[in-house]
Amino acid sequence: MLAFIIRRLVQSVVVMLVVSLIAFVMFRFIGDPVDQMVGLETTVQERELLRQQLGLNDPLPVQFWHFVSKAAQGDLGVSYQFKRPVADLIGSRLPATLELSFVSALFALLMGIPMGVYTALNRESVLSKLFLTISLIGISLPTFLIGILLIFVFSVYLQWLPSFGRGKVVDLGWWSTGFLTVSGLKALILPSITLGLFQMTLIMRLVRSEMMEVLRTDFIKFARARGLTNRAVNFGHALKNTMIPVITITGLQMGAIIAFAIITETVFQWPGMGLLFLQAVQNVDIPIMAAYLLLIALLFVIINLIVDLLYVMVDPRIRIEGAEA
Amino acid sequence: MSFRRSLLGATLLASMFATPSLAENTFNFAFQGTLKSLDPYSLNETFSLGTLGNVYEGLTARDQKLQIIPALAESWEVITPTQWRFHLRKGVKFHNGNDFTADDVVFSADRVRSEGSDLKTRIPADAKFVAVDDHTVDVMLSSPNPILHYEWDSWVIVDKEWAEANDSVRVTSASDQAATTISLQSNGTGPFKITSHDGGVSTSFESNTDWWNAANKQYNIDKVEFATVSSDPTRVAALLSGDMDLVYPVPVQDINRVDSNATTTTLTGPELRTIFLGMDQMRDELLYSNVKGKNPFKDVRVRKAFYQAIDIEAIKSKVMRNLSVPASLLISPFMFANADQFERPAYDPDAAKALLAEAGYPDGFEVGMDCPNDRYVNDEAICQAVASMLARVGVKVNLNAQPKAQYFGKVLASGGFDTSFYLLGWTPGSFDSWNILSNILGCRDEAGNGGMFNLGGYCNKEVDALAAQVLEENDPVKRLDLITQAYRITDDEVSHIPLHQQGLAWGVSEDVDVAQRADNVLMFYHVNKKQ
Repeated sequence: MLAFIIRRLVQSVVVMLVVSLIAFVMFRFIGDPVDQMVGLETTVQERELLRQQLGLNDPLPVQFWHFVSKAAQGDLGVSYQFKRPVADLIGSRLPATLELSFVSALFALLMGIPMGVYTALNRESVLSKLFLTISLIGISLPTFLIGILLIFVFSVYLQWLPSFGRGKVVDLGWWSTGFLTVSGLKALILPSITLGLFQMTLIMRLVRSEMMEVLRTDFIKFARARGLTNRAVNFGHALKNTMIPVITITGLQMGAIIAFAIITETVFQWPGMGLLFLQAVQNVDIPIMAAYLLLIALLFVIINLIVDLLYVMVDPRIRIEGAEA
Repeated sequence: MSFRRSLLGATLLASMFATPSLAENTFNFAFQGTLKSLDPYSLNETFSLGTLGNVYEGLTARDQKLQIIPALAESWEVITPTQWRFHLRKGVKFHNGNDFTADDVVFSADRVRSEGSDLKTRIPADAKFVAVDDHTVDVMLSSPNPILHYEWDSWVIVDKEWAEANDSVRVTSASDQAATTISLQSNGTGPFKITSHDGGVSTSFESNTDWWNAANKQYNIDKVEFATVSSDPTRVAALLSGDMDLVYPVPVQDINRVDSNATTTTLTGPELRTIFLGMDQMRDELLYSNVKGKNPFKDVRVRKAFYQAIDIEAIKSKVMRNLSVPASLLISPFMFANADQFERPAYDPDAAKALLAEAGYPDGFEVGMDCPNDRYVNDEAICQAVASMLARVGVKVNLNAQPKAQYFGKVLASGGFDTSFYLLGWTPGSFDSWNILSNILGCRDEAGNGGMFNLGGYCNKEVDALAAQVLEENDPVKRLDLITQAYRITDDEVSHIPLHQQGLAWGVSEDVDVAQRADNVLMFYHVNKKQ
């Protein structure tokens, strides 16, 4: 098992190297950072000097080597826009993204599972049809449209919830949280729904089809024959057996939620990593872009590793290649 | 569990009661861009300089009508054409309590011209600043310069002692690897102080009760909260929902929406920026065209044909929804007294076709056009309209619209002026024609020395000679005449095709009174909350 983990970690280093290499090749095509850093009247000579100082004139392999060797020592560079270390910036934006992702995942699970169970058990009811229609909207409408729609209904017309930002946050020193204030909690509602709607739909559809599958199996029939209550059969036996794929999907989707919060964060001006990344793209802030892509690659590598390990725990019949080594 | 719950409850209660008391007036505003560094010399950009202008002050200031008024200098006199004397205001204190003196001015004059500063052009490089006494500064020039102080409202004074004590003598430059104190904190003389700053997210300001002009203050706000909201619909929604007192810019298509809302309205007016089209007149063969072996734009008839083929009224009514003022020059009439002597040639596609035929292109030709899509108001839509208008006279335009980072990376000097036909906007920072004559109309070489933003490389030695005279002429009447002569030449030669001055649009809550400056700068001392 240990050898397996070590091997996977070595592989993940390769993955991250490849990701940063691809990123560096792409940075050539996103514009000139110096034009974004200075005003219009800065002379050609000064711009050239800046480019030299930033190492932008070095050949690509040299730039890549500088980045990798520094990153290996934990130095991700300094943001062109903010003149602050990228690690600090990401650290200060991480709580916003993680809190948002956590709440949306919670929303997706707490809404998705009951709705899935209900629609599986009461296939013909009006409410089921309503849930299925909602899920169709959740799957087909793009995120930014849902966000803008929610803003116009709940902020502009009803004026119940704020239209953007995190509200008041409490700074705990190493973590800034919106969970402790009323405005912070209110600010979480719309972005979480926007971000979690797709996942909720996915979970609901998954639970529904799995549940319908399981309800047809023999052991459910035997359970009913034994005279168990509906409640015990549906929740104690059927639901439990549908949860394995749901857990897998949720785990994988958690990575997607964090990585693809970019659009939701932009619509709601949510000060998280996604917004930081998007601003970096607009301003050709290469250090932030490189670090963000690296972080997301790391996140996916870790999540995949955990999912692989979970498989073994959930189902001992799955053998890991080289586990004996 | 119950302990944790009560702790949570207590925190919630505490935060509910922590809302500011009603006696204070807080003004919330949102802008699409960000305030990056707080160092007032780091970036020559309207929003950064304008916003920091609430915290720091220059020797001069601009009033609501953009006229130059005294600020930290009470008065000034031109002793000889090359010696200016500035009498500084007495009793002015920086936010940390230090006195404002002549030393601070001399220090700031050196600092703004030091390496890393993006505002070096504010003061001639060889001008000498001499502190005559604590409250008098002489500026010695090597050649006369009538517009010396035109941009000094945005060159603000930094406290010498504070900068020296806080590792902030050096300007935080774009290539810096570490932040200096002055890029994260502020210490100015202005009516507002910065209480917190989260770059790219939000900045909080508080009224400075010790401001030297506090006795005559025209505003009643105590706190200002600024937030960046980059997404257009969200910014408009923040105003409509009452979260914000002011947002800008409001996209032209949302102006009706904001006006029809009961509690909000838009403030609109012509901006100083002129949007224009430029053509490559330097290369012997265009980079993006099917005409080989020659450059059609070198022929003034082709440029004139393009000018006449553009229906500016249609762009104004359809693309800009009437929020633009058609232009006949590269400078706003606001900044040039003789602007009424110039007129656009009438829209006439038949005449344009005839001119093209005369120039040897009876069937037109193909040309690539570069255009930003997130820099100016409806920039891409303007380019599309231009392309379809040119199609009517037989010119096929292949439009390449890109985000500003890519666009500027391609067309500016750093990209080797890689364009044949482009759209650009320009505001002369000094509000003066010399800026245009040198930056946009001055001859340049291939590397960009000379007229750095003359992307098409238009060149006329006569215009350059006139520009050199304009720079040194002290007599305003003669100077205006020289400027007019230069524009007469560039207009006849169709150096560029002016389109319009785009409109400013601020969305404002009914609870707020605010004066809109034509340079798109929001001064907090022009803001009043209605009681």
